[in-house]
Formats: sequence, C-alpha cells, structure tokens
Amino acid sequence: MTPSDRLNATFVALADPTRRAILSRLASGEASVTELAEPFSMSQPAISKHLKVLERAGLISRRRDAQRRPCRLEAAPLAEANGWLEGYRQHWEISFQRLDAVLDELKTQQKKRARTKR
Amino acid sequence: MMNTGNLKVTTPSDTEILMTRVFDAPRALVWEAMSSPDLIKRWLLGPPGWTMVLCEGDTRVGGKFHWSWRGPDGAELSMKGEYKEVNPPERCVRTEAFSFGPDSPIGEQLVTMVLKEENGKTNLILTLLYDSKEARDGAISSGMEHGVASSYDRLAELLSSGGARGDSQAGAR
Repeated sequence: MTPSDRLNATFVALADPTRRAILSRLASGEASVTELAEPFSMSQPAISKHLKVLERAGLISRRRDAQRRPCRLEAAPLAEANGWLEGYRQHWEISFQRLDAVLDELKTQQKKRARTKR
Repeated sequence: MMNTGNLKVTTPSDTEILMTRVFDAPRALVWEAMSSPDLIKRWLLGPPGWTMVLCEGDTRVGGKFHWSWRGPDGAELSMKGEYKEVNPPERCVRTEAFSFGPDSPIGEQLVTMVLKEENGKTNLILTLLYDSKEARDGAISSGMEHGVASSYDRLAELLSSGGARGDSQAGAR
C-alpha cells in the first residue's frame, strides 16, 4: 500500500462510529470479539465485519490465540492520520494567530474612533 | 488575550477540507481583515522564513486577486484567483490556483468562506473544494511539510510577542 492508500484505509475505518467506539475500547486493553460485541446491540458477525475493516487499515491486530483471538490497538496509523491533518492545521493556525493580532488592532482603532465621535 | 488555537480541520469528503475557527472580533472586522490586501499581507505570510512579496485584490464579483510569496532560497509561490460571490460581511466564494515559480498552476480549488457572528465573536467556516482527492491530499501534505518542520519555533516566537502586546494594551485601558 502507498502512504496515500494507507491513509485512505485509515480514514475509511475511522468514518464509522461503531469502529471508533471499538478503538476507544481497545485503547484500554486487549479484548475478544465477544467482549467487544457486548456494549453494542450487534451480532458477533456484524462486529467481526467491523474488525476486518480495522484490521485491513492496520488499526488493530489479532493474536493467533486459538480460542479467543484477542484484538489489540495499533497506534502507528492513527498517529500518521493525526499528524497528516495536524501539520496542515498548525500551518494555518500560525497565520490565524497573526490575524488575531490584526483584529485586536482593528478593534482598538474602532473604539478610538467611537470615542472621538462622542 | 491570545487565542489558544481553536482551529479545527476536518475532511468531510474525499475532495474537501473544512476549517473552522473562532475569532474574538465582530464579523465586519474579520471580513475586512480577510479581504483588504493591506490587511491580508500582515497575516498571510506563508510558511516560516517566507515573505509575502505581492498582495493585490479586487473584492468584487469577477474581481481577481494575486498573492505571492518568496522563500529563503529564492523559491516563489503564487496564488491567483477570482471572486465568484461577494456578500459582505457574510459569505464569499472564490477560486484559487497555486503555482510554483514560472510553472503553470497546479489545479484549481473553490473556496467558500462563511462568517457567522455570535456575541461579538465570529465563526469562520472555510470550505476548500478540490478537483480530485489527489489534489486535496497534496495540499494537506504540503501544509504538513511547512507546518511541522519549524512551526513550533515560530509559534513560540509569536506567543511571546503577542503576549507582550496583549499586556501593554491591557495596561493602556
């Protein structure tokens, strides 16, 4: 997978609220499919389908533990997805902070003008 | 009074970037700061180390704008576009096309700016619509290179100078 394909898979996986909930549950430790299905009113096959999407995106991995096959969170693709937008965000935030300073100045000028009119 | 950076960036679809940000000023002022070339050149300085060398614009329907920046190694980046919809101080739609040096522009994006005022503060909702997912991803990646590399230094610099200015203003009041 190219970096762009991988990011795409990450975002597709994150687009679904159930999958995000599964990830946040896994953030506190490994869990089996049964344990993951519990809080959702969903069948195990339905949960398994979500897990497959997450696994394909590399967001979770499953141990070959014969019976349970517990799922665990893989942090790297998430960090990449965050970093990707975060860099762009920082770039703009720097400009917008300068805009804040310009706006402060315009507000002060406006107040002064209002005072002279009185 | 420094804003602690409430900018949110999301990708609502494959070809869009959505930015939202609150500014502590009425929207007439935000509109002015976002459309007057004299004010734009004071904040839209480009990546750290770059300077804005040209800032011209005619904020009317059909009016054109041309912004250009120069990098530390002499590289030039310019953005040209046309205003499609101008409805002050609320809504503005414009095209934007980036080009590096003398090269022809890399695609064109449609930018919709909406300003909503609430209790003297202004919500900026900026939607950037690209021709393709590749173009959108390319724009985000270039922001990432420029943003991450040295933005922390620049941010610290800004926070200290901005903080100092805030203090002196508070003292004058």
